[in-house]
Amino acid sequence: MSTGTGSDPAGITRDVSKEDQKRDRQVKYVLLGCAGVTVATTVAIFLVLFDNASGYFFENRLHEIVLGASVEQVITFTEFFTGTRWAPDHSTPAHGILPIVWGTLTITVGAAFISIPIGTATALYVSEYSSGRVRAYLKPSLEVLAGIPTIVYGYFAISVVTPFILSPVGEVVGLSFGRRSMAAGAFVVGVMTIPMVASISEDAMNSVPYDLRNGAYALGATKFDVSTKVVLPAAVSGIFASYILAVSRAIGETMAVALAAGMTARITLNPSEQIMTMTTYMVNMARGESAVGTVEYQSLFAVGLVLFLMTLAMNLLNDRLKQRFREEYQ
Amino acid sequence: MTVEESENETILDRGVSYEDVRGRLFLAVCVAASFFGIAMLALLLWDVIATTYSAIFEFGVNPRDFLTQTSSRNVEKAGFYSAIVGSLWLMVIVSVIAFFVGVGTAVYLEEYAPDNRWTRLFEANLANLAGVPSVVYGLLVLGVVVNGAGIGPILLAGAVALALLIVPIIIVSSIEALRAVPDSVRQGSAAAGATKWQTIRNVVLPAAMPGIMTGTILALARAIGETAPLIMVGALFITTRTPGPFDRFGAMPTEIYTWAAQPERQFIAMAGFGILVLLVVLFSMQGLAVYVRRRYEVEFGE
Amino acid sequence: MSETDENGSEELITTEVQPKNKSARKDVTGTVVDVEELDVWYGDEKALDDVTMGIDENRVTALIGPSGCGKSTFLRCINRMNDQIEVCRVEGGVRFKGKNVYDDDVDPVALRRRIGMVFQKPNPFPKSIRDNVAYGLRVQGRADYTDIEARCEEALREAALWDEVSDQLGSSGLDLSGGQQQRLCIARAIAPDPEVVLMDEPTSALDPVAESKIEDLIDKLAESYTVVIVTHNMQQAARISDKTAVFLTGGELVEYDDTQKIFENPDDDRVEDYITGKFG
Repeated sequence: MSTGTGSDPAGITRDVSKEDQKRDRQVKYVLLGCAGVTVATTVAIFLVLFDNASGYFFENRLHEIVLGASVEQVITFTEFFTGTRWAPDHSTPAHGILPIVWGTLTITVGAAFISIPIGTATALYVSEYSSGRVRAYLKPSLEVLAGIPTIVYGYFAISVVTPFILSPVGEVVGLSFGRRSMAAGAFVVGVMTIPMVASISEDAMNSVPYDLRNGAYALGATKFDVSTKVVLPAAVSGIFASYILAVSRAIGETMAVALAAGMTARITLNPSEQIMTMTTYMVNMARGESAVGTVEYQSLFAVGLVLFLMTLAMNLLNDRLKQRFREEYQ
Repeated sequence: MTVEESENETILDRGVSYEDVRGRLFLAVCVAASFFGIAMLALLLWDVIATTYSAIFEFGVNPRDFLTQTSSRNVEKAGFYSAIVGSLWLMVIVSVIAFFVGVGTAVYLEEYAPDNRWTRLFEANLANLAGVPSVVYGLLVLGVVVNGAGIGPILLAGAVALALLIVPIIIVSSIEALRAVPDSVRQGSAAAGATKWQTIRNVVLPAAMPGIMTGTILALARAIGETAPLIMVGALFITTRTPGPFDRFGAMPTEIYTWAAQPERQFIAMAGFGILVLLVVLFSMQGLAVYVRRRYEVEFGE
Repeated sequence: MSETDENGSEELITTEVQPKNKSARKDVTGTVVDVEELDVWYGDEKALDDVTMGIDENRVTALIGPSGCGKSTFLRCINRMNDQIEVCRVEGGVRFKGKNVYDDDVDPVALRRRIGMVFQKPNPFPKSIRDNVAYGLRVQGRADYTDIEARCEEALREAALWDEVSDQLGSSGLDLSGGQQQRLCIARAIAPDPEVVLMDEPTSALDPVAESKIEDLIDKLAESYTVVIVTHNMQQAARISDKTAVFLTGGELVEYDDTQKIFENPDDDRVEDYITGKFG
């Protein structure tokens, strides 16, 4: 059978399976390397954003500063965070990020007004009311909706939402919608995040134990009571998690708003006006193929850093909520 | 007996109360909300088809030319071929990178990693990576690969950005597929004298492969529609030459973006046509994913 | 590893059981596994308490006892399947052919290539019947079986499954019935010709007909292999084993002797109580 040595009559020592063990170790290192890619990605995101953003604020990039380059602040944080004009590439440049943060926030809030109520109501219907047959059609349709590329939603805004939905409504309320507007961007971002709110909220509602519902029914509660007073409160942290995720997605949404919401950085509350989000600024500036080291190029990373930190905060909050929900019911 | 019956009726049949109306109204609102999403989907698909129709019959876009010509600034000569080829190349390279890294990481996490603080931190990191906006992945590759490594804005760089974007998705779905393989099978293999890797390669991975493939195809479908990372790494406005892996490039979504952003109605109509092609590819991939799951999934009869 | 016996479904042994024809056994040539002062903990909980016993070559040794008595733990110590449980800690010695399997230079994978195992629930791989049986030979890269196909047939014949599956060797092992699946797992375990076959309640998930087929099979296996079987079915132990070890709660080996003696005239009162149903 195996090469039994004098000291190993049983033939079970490591010498016997040396080759297989070596292969096992090699494979383990390769797999560990694969896992390392995701860690490296995270680290690289932080490094690249901070490194280039520091070039935007301090003339020299972070790694150059570490290597001994001078630190000279050319753009103050006060100007960056409180200035109300954003035009880093203009002949008279201005570096106030507020207008494009405002643009992102209006889209996010506007989208939430669509995705949260509609997504939640959809989740309630699917989880509490619908028959198996309706569910069998509804859920795949929502999955298809979730799988549509965001660029298609941008096109949808220009081609359908603005001319056939917003313009007629605008005429009634006295707003005139151009080809691009804040409202069009918010509308399509809202539609595209409905499936996210609906499916995660529904999962949360489904994991509410049936005993709780039955307890309420036994006390004579109606279906409405059970849905709103038992299921919703019990699933609340899971439902909030879905809202946070939808908000995070809306903050980072790029192509739909680049096409639908416009390219003008301004602080406005008028939904028929064009606005510019942080992401729109980024794809616009990258399209200009600005050269490495220019203030335009570095501004990409400064804006990217703010965007990344905003979504990171949302993701961490979402983790928290999910964890709390898991502790409650699973 | 008749007395009893009528008494029962008065108890059970309360007539139409405030509560009933409220309940029915609530249900109606929920139903309307549920169908809002579907209505939007239907509207979107209808519009894409109608626009394609008008592109062909109103603007005289010849479908064969559209699918075989490279793109052009001249609306009469612009086709989708170069963008389709760009997307195909992206898909090939992305699937190789993302599959290898994603499945490798999933196997490490599920089969090797000890259950300690570092592993949990790793998993938390994974969840956060999945939530990073796609435009940031583009920025990362722009800084590290395009300019850092200096390979320039070529197709390969775009593929790296898309691969990094979908790796977390592939990891999560692969982990799920690996978890569905019962432990008893792993023990049976170990007891037969297989090493850990032999067990994984011969038993666990083959059993999990349908689930892994389904997840990978769905993730690829996500990647194929992504636009922002490609623009960030420097995709072309108009792909006049058919790209290879080391050329400047454009892809279906970037071409659609360029067309849709033009003021001419004919370009917008062509964007609709392009979207139809993109959606056909996408739905085919999603259909394939469902087929793989249904056809090859291993039933362990637990 | 938690015990999943269904307690209480056991019939009491009141009359003498009809033992299998154990005359075909070779003479005892010695012990193949020697356990010395074995202690096992799961975390803080002691699963085995100072167990010492020798397992005879080419005999069937049964391990019986109530749920949670440590008999499965004991079995899994022999081929170090317990290694896969992180909180499991082992002290003492388990000698396989004189070599302590818990020595630092022992590779559990090499050990398991000499000791086969069959589990409580049939666990065929999602592969063809042929590939299931050939699995051990393939992963072990065994040069001594050049004709894997022939060895598979042999193993399937030994496992009394050949006649039922010879015309469907290419179909999935998962398509077989429960009893057939378990015999397939036995064929898989014996195909690489191990010295010892460990069986962890191999019939508890099967119907009575399948169970009796497997019992016949185990009896025959003892002609060429050393079989160690955990069972919660005392009749089964009495029918098929040559020696029986009785474990009681706390992981204590209370009595270990010839099966006949254990069932007819045990030394320890607790064993008598257990066997007559007053215990557990």
